[in-house]
Amino acid sequence: VGTAKLDDTTLDDVEDALILSDLGPSAAARIRAKLSEKRFGLNITEQELKEAVAEEIAEILRPVAKPIEIVAFPRPQVILVIGVNGSGKTTTIAKLAHWFQEDDYSVMLAAGDTFRAAAIGQLATWAERIGTPIIRGPEGGDPASIVFDGVKAATAQGIDALIVDTAGRLQNKRELMDELEKIRRVLGRLNPEAPHDVVLVLDATNGQNALSQIETFKEVAGVTGLIMTKLDGTARGGVLVAAAEQFGLPIHAIGVGETIDDLRPFDPDLVARVIAGVA
Amino acid sequence: MFDSLSDRLGGVFDGLRGRGALREQDVRDAMREVRIALLEADVALPVVRRFIDAVTERAIGADVLKSVTPGQQVIKIVSDELVEMLGGEETVGLDLEAKPPVVIMMVGLQGSGKTTSTAKLAKFIREKHGKKAMMASLDVNRPAAQEQLKVLGEQIDCLTLPIVQGQQPVDIARRAVESAKLQAIDVLLLDTAGRLHVDEALMAEMKAVSAISAPQEVLLVVDSLTGQDAVNVAKSFTDEVPLTGVILTRMDGDARGGAALSMRHVTGKPIKFAGTGEKLDALEAFHPKRVADRILGM
Ligand SMILES: Nc1nc2c(ncn2[C@@H]2O[C@H](COP(=O)(O)OP(=O)(O)OP(=O)(O)O)[C@@H](O)[C@H]2O)c(=O)[nH]1
Ligand SMILES: Nc1nc2c(ncn2[C@@H]2O[C@H](COP(=O)(O)OP(=O)(O)OP(=O)(O)O)[C@@H](O)[C@H]2O)c(=O)[nH]1
Ligand SMILES: [K+]
Ligand SMILES: [Mg+2]
Ligand SMILES: [Mg+2]
Repeated sequence: VGTAKLDDTTLDDVEDALILSDLGPSAAARIRAKLSEKRFGLNITEQELKEAVAEEIAEILRPVAKPIEIVAFPRPQVILVIGVNGSGKTTTIAKLAHWFQEDDYSVMLAAGDTFRAAAIGQLATWAERIGTPIIRGPEGGDPASIVFDGVKAATAQGIDALIVDTAGRLQNKRELMDELEKIRRVLGRLNPEAPHDVVLVLDATNGQNALSQIETFKEVAGVTGLIMTKLDGTARGGVLVAAAEQFGLPIHAIGVGETIDDLRPFDPDLVARVIAGVA
Repeated sequence: MFDSLSDRLGGVFDGLRGRGALREQDVRDAMREVRIALLEADVALPVVRRFIDAVTERAIGADVLKSVTPGQQVIKIVSDELVEMLGGEETVGLDLEAKPPVVIMMVGLQGSGKTTSTAKLAKFIREKHGKKAMMASLDVNRPAAQEQLKVLGEQIDCLTLPIVQGQQPVDIARRAVESAKLQAIDVLLLDTAGRLHVDEALMAEMKAVSAISAPQEVLLVVDSLTGQDAVNVAKSFTDEVPLTGVILTRMDGDARGGAALSMRHVTGKPIKFAGTGEKLDALEAFHPKRVADRILGM
């Protein structure tokens, strides 16, 4: 395995690999430019090159790696979970709840998706499996009132974390986005600090539209952090690199499967190596 | 965030105005812009490469170089080729011509919209084909998945196979086919659990279900927000089951939807429907021209 001078063809290959990881053409071009600037014409092995790419990416991701911590006073810490349809919100809530339980925090869930068929049943099944209380209302009911009930119940019972499920919504649906604003308002009335966290759940199989999701949800719902799901497949989630550059929002965790244990802390170096294709 | 292709090409060609004839290199520069536009629209890179090669060849051969509005010429060639690759002008519907119960099997990644699309199709089959449909959920993985399909069945007034707790997918499929025969059902829709193409156990299960239910239609349900992974997904599902078409969901979003091109190109199967909302009548025939315009940001 010989070394070769870093030339345009090799850089083209690097750029293509980054695009295949969903970085998008501009972020991929920026990383290419950085590599070129630092090392063009120098001798480098393939392995060293990949490591160098991983390092460029890790530098971008390290500052945004930040777990959710339960620090709210007074309790409960209210965590609102939002995102487009099918991204993995409800499953992620179950995983998060389980995670907090393992750290000895008490958790309550609120079934704020009153719209999708059997969404309440889905969250209730998870609540039963992990043994957390759940606040639920009728199908078709007002999500804001469920959230209101949730905060009151969690406060009364001294619960550490209240995690609120919401219906999936595409970010270009004005009315549905307004509903999120309403939920936020209702929460704020009970506790000006709430929601303490607004977690946007992104699907790793989504491409560049994830950036538009972050932009709009951030503006309307005040996203405070991201979780990316479905990284157990072949999608590499490179859009997180572009997201970190553009928005700088904390990335809390990643989902790597459908079971309760399949949530991992966001490890920027590991994710960078996966994106860069370092074995 | 995105510039339209007209803007991009305008930029390329503006600088050339007044310089007389364009050169081949100018077309190549334009194609670089087309490439970026397609990648921003999430067309998969290998598909972009093929597409650019085909279009470059046409553009260089054509009268683009001599035309007064080369930008418009290039866009027209790109757009025509895109429509062609998306399936041309025809729209392809369901093939229900077989001995009943005709089985339609829905497959795809987790959360792509299979269950919702199953109910949309059942409604469509009754209303547009005048046939009697039944739905069965084979999803024993996701909590309340079978309940979800049952609720949707009630909403559209379509029979669903009664839920038997603990029964496994292949057995449910067998029971569904029997039940459909007994009840003189015309079309049986099988909703399956979401699965990653790298999950060998679940892919094998899907094959087994396909083998015992002999579906007339196997529809791959794909999220129009899908990125570069589209190629992997399309390839793996094509390799495992006899796909007959694709349903592209969430077309009511603002994604450019480049996955449509990748899907069509890699599976070689028609995109039969577009999902355009969460409501059960939000299902449309797939229109290549509209989607081509959308991918190009026109
Ligand atoms: N492979 C894999 N599947 C996941 C992951 N997270 C969620 N899923 C699956 O994705 C599908 C959708 O997940 P949900 O949690 O229902 O998604 P949601 O965002 O709540 O969906 P809506 O409420 O309908 O908008 C389910 O089949 C989940 O099991 C993950 O990290 N990996
Ligand atoms: N906006 C919009 N939402 C859709 C569309 N199709 C499905 N959905 C939503 O997407 C989410 C997931 O849909 P499901 O039908 O549960 O997806 P699935 O593929 O069955 O999911 P799994 O069974 O978990 O793999 C739900 O919130 C649906 O309401 C569509 O065309 N447009
Ligand atoms: K999805
Ligand atoms: Mg949900
Ligand atoms: Mg389903």
